[in-house]
Amino acid sequence: MKILNEFKCTFPANSANEGLARATLSAFLIQADPTAQELADLRTVISEAVTNAIVHGYRGTTGDITVCLRLLPERVIYIKVTDKGCGIPDVQKAMEPLYTSAPEEDRAGLGFAIMQTFTSSLRVRSIAGHGTTLIMRRQLGVKHEEG
Amino acid sequence: MKLHYDIDSSCLTAVLDGEIDHHIAGMVRMEVDTAIYAHSPRTLVLDFGNVTFMDSSGIGLIMGRYKILQPLGGTIILLRPAPHIGRILRLAGMERLAEIRQELGEGAMQ
Repeated sequence: MKILNEFKCTFPANSANEGLARATLSAFLIQADPTAQELADLRTVISEAVTNAIVHGYRGTTGDITVCLRLLPERVIYIKVTDKGCGIPDVQKAMEPLYTSAPEEDRAGLGFAIMQTFTSSLRVRSIAGHGTTLIMRRQLGVKHEEG
Repeated sequence: MKLHYDIDSSCLTAVLDGEIDHHIAGMVRMEVDTAIYAHSPRTLVLDFGNVTFMDSSGIGLIMGRYKILQPLGGTIILLRPAPHIGRILRLAGMERLAEIRQELGEGAMQ
């Protein structure tokens, strides 16, 4: 599919960068002129994905997280978040609502449920020991031109 | 964040602000828990009026405080969440653990 615009960045798995990822997405989305709700949804989605990479992928160790944002035709937003952490041994189990591998850290186990609710599609590719890639697409609503 | 404990109503209020993500939630959790253990409040009010963003880390924060307060007979009030934060609270079923309110009525201060 044709890519109208793309932005990629890589940053270390430091929790301070969760806010950076949201700010980067907000800036990228300006060109798509999303509604306040679409913007809030996608900021939540990228925050969940990056937090998952930090908390579960790297589990307190260091490593890089790569975010790729794309604007696709028909007002589709594409978000890819990649880590080279420990991977998810059982993706289906990880996606069950309320399941968490880190209950002692007050993780609600709702990251995937929120990502699924706030996107049009979510794909998870994970290889144990090699890392995880999340690919999400969100169809933005039709824009009515004024005047 | 500002913490305020009212001794007469046994109400601990945490006025949260800014963005509540995993990075911030850990610090909020430590401060709130210190105050909970110091006062054993009957009511914990988490005031979201100045919160501009919250993800599932905020849900974990509420669930964790619920687990501490419930055995002590305490309850939680989630105050003034913005619409997009209210959506996440309802998606997570937080109305089953806490009361979501737009204003702090008389009842909470009893």
